[in-house]
Amino acid sequence: MSQSTATASLRQGPDAKGFFGDFGGRFVAETLMPLILHLQREYEAAQQDPAFAKELAGLSADYVGRQSPLYFAERLTEKLGGAKVYLKREDLMHTGAHKINNALGQVLLARRMGKQRIIAETGAGMHGVATATVAARFGLDCVIYMGSTDIHRQQPNVQRMQLLGAKVVPVTAGDGTLKDAMNEALRDWVTNVDDTFYIIGTVAGPHPYPQLVRDFQSVIGKEVRTQILEKEGRLPDSLVACIGGGSNAMGLFHPFLDDESVEIIGVEAAGEGLDTPRHAASLKGGKPGVLHGNRTFLLQDEEGQIGDAHSISAGLDYPGIGPEHAWLHDIKRAEYVAATDQEALDAFQMLCRLEGIIPALESAHALAEVIKRAPELPKDHLMVVNLSGRGDKDMATVTHHLADELGLNPDAA
Amino acid sequence: MSISATDTDKAATDSRLDRRFAAVRAESRAALVTYITAGDPGYDASLATFLGMAEAGADVIELGMPFTDPMADGLAIQHATQRALKAGQTMDRTLAMVSEFRKQDQDTPIVLMGYYNPIYRRGVARFLEQASDAGVDGLIVVDLPPEHDDELCLPAAQAGISFIRLATPTTNSERLPSVLANTSGFLYYVSSNGVTGGAAPTAEKVEAEVGRIREHTDIPVAVGFGIRTAEQAARIGRFADGVVVGSALIDLQANAETPEQGTHDVHALTRELADALRSARK
Repeated sequence: MSQSTATASLRQGPDAKGFFGDFGGRFVAETLMPLILHLQREYEAAQQDPAFAKELAGLSADYVGRQSPLYFAERLTEKLGGAKVYLKREDLMHTGAHKINNALGQVLLARRMGKQRIIAETGAGMHGVATATVAARFGLDCVIYMGSTDIHRQQPNVQRMQLLGAKVVPVTAGDGTLKDAMNEALRDWVTNVDDTFYIIGTVAGPHPYPQLVRDFQSVIGKEVRTQILEKEGRLPDSLVACIGGGSNAMGLFHPFLDDESVEIIGVEAAGEGLDTPRHAASLKGGKPGVLHGNRTFLLQDEEGQIGDAHSISAGLDYPGIGPEHAWLHDIKRAEYVAATDQEALDAFQMLCRLEGIIPALESAHALAEVIKRAPELPKDHLMVVNLSGRGDKDMATVTHHLADELGLNPDAA
Repeated sequence: MSISATDTDKAATDSRLDRRFAAVRAESRAALVTYITAGDPGYDASLATFLGMAEAGADVIELGMPFTDPMADGLAIQHATQRALKAGQTMDRTLAMVSEFRKQDQDTPIVLMGYYNPIYRRGVARFLEQASDAGVDGLIVVDLPPEHDDELCLPAAQAGISFIRLATPTTNSERLPSVLANTSGFLYYVSSNGVTGGAAPTAEKVEAEVGRIREHTDIPVAVGFGIRTAEQAARIGRFADGVVVGSALIDLQANAETPEQGTHDVHALTRELADALRSARK
């Protein structure tokens, strides 16, 4: 558990130009540059402002429901027969996932900047719901861009956003998933720069977004640190989280980057397998490139054309990854692995049956890695998994895939 | 159309872009800058459109390098990009189009326009060498602001290729010097916030903005975004050094019954625009 003292802290990034090593930056059209420089100044001012911290903390407690529990998964641990598994229960937070932590932080920034209109992209719809929620809470106009494929497979979240007063705009370009929604949100932003704040949902995009989203999500890891010290009297031995863009993972990982004894494991979506073209694992199967304002690992061909990602989980269905993850991969501080659609479905069921918790399909990818890893580890190994969201939104997808196994017939109704 | 710049450009700069803008200025008119997406709707038709563009009256030609995720483009160029990629357009083919063009025309500047990733993936040094060999004069790369000049802008300058920057209504006076710092050839003033193919700006507003930019630079200022008709081009052409038309041409190619008809229609509008600019200041 030795703190890293010989080397510089790994928690200082990004540099002034927004880079984590080779990754990150501000690769955006000129129209947006003055705006993101302004956002950076406002964010720096907010960080120095005790009133901002106070408002965020107050709403996090009373509106979101923080802190989230760190739950010892006793029956899962028993079943796996190895490491002691704790679940960080972000699924219990308001709106059902970690996304609200960031949406709340950014909407407070939007208010500081006097913006009246909020836009966001969403994949699984959890970020869209979180954004629509905070926009409603503060009386701001809200437009959510969502791929048409995702609208189809995450219907309940579309309805939630609409109930909350947001306009959901379907995006049919490309595969109609998260990447295409982000392109469209960027087009909206560049057109409506004067009155619009873009709440990016993950640790990607142009600087300062990867930094500020990470900071707002770091509440997860900070709480885990306090909670595990209370329960076990020491730091965890390993952290596991799923990664699409990587915001829940970065929120868990970041407060532990300098703790060399803590093993850090990110789980990408392997879709139908890394040996097929149908996956979403940008670190395991991609190459460095520039998209959506940052340099990072991307699924792309030799021509630099971006590939369409595939995952059963809409929230992981993105051909890129946050630049700080790309850097942690590069310097080997974190290990990145992948779980297939099937492995995620198996883990999903295991958690339902053993713990009475229905996880999001995204989080089920992290659980799949726990199932592979925990049995090989000693019983005193402390493993913390980020249960980033709940699975209500995934009923249609899961029912479709498990209909035979569960004796369900989705067409019977 | 072939304009010899030697007798009009006493500054004797050696770039095709500088010579062309000087020659056009000497004729007391704005340059017509046209944009088409390379490989749209297919390689042969796109090449035919491209090769006839200067003859039809384009002074500078922007050739779009297709990219899967054109974040700063409206529907017209998004669809053109998809058609081109579907038809098998590659960077090699885009550069081959420029080489073909140079066999018949040594004077008309060619500017490649697009996004950074296809260049980055190819390797900046390799790309610049190939672009230079093909006869490319300038680059417009939408997602490389001055903050990232070391990526491509400065290496391009060393390779003798102009890096043409976009300035927008949000580019305030504080920011303008850094936008202009390493820009050469011309400055592309994006007349409205938004994506390509958007609404046309009012000429008065644009004229004031161009005036503001000219307080900071002597390089030619071309205006684009939302200019679709000869009438609009003429209004902007009264004060701007260049007028950029893209989406209107793309739409003609897209709406034509056959690729040949598309080529014909694009050249017809190009002629109309060129004529309008020649009479705009009279």
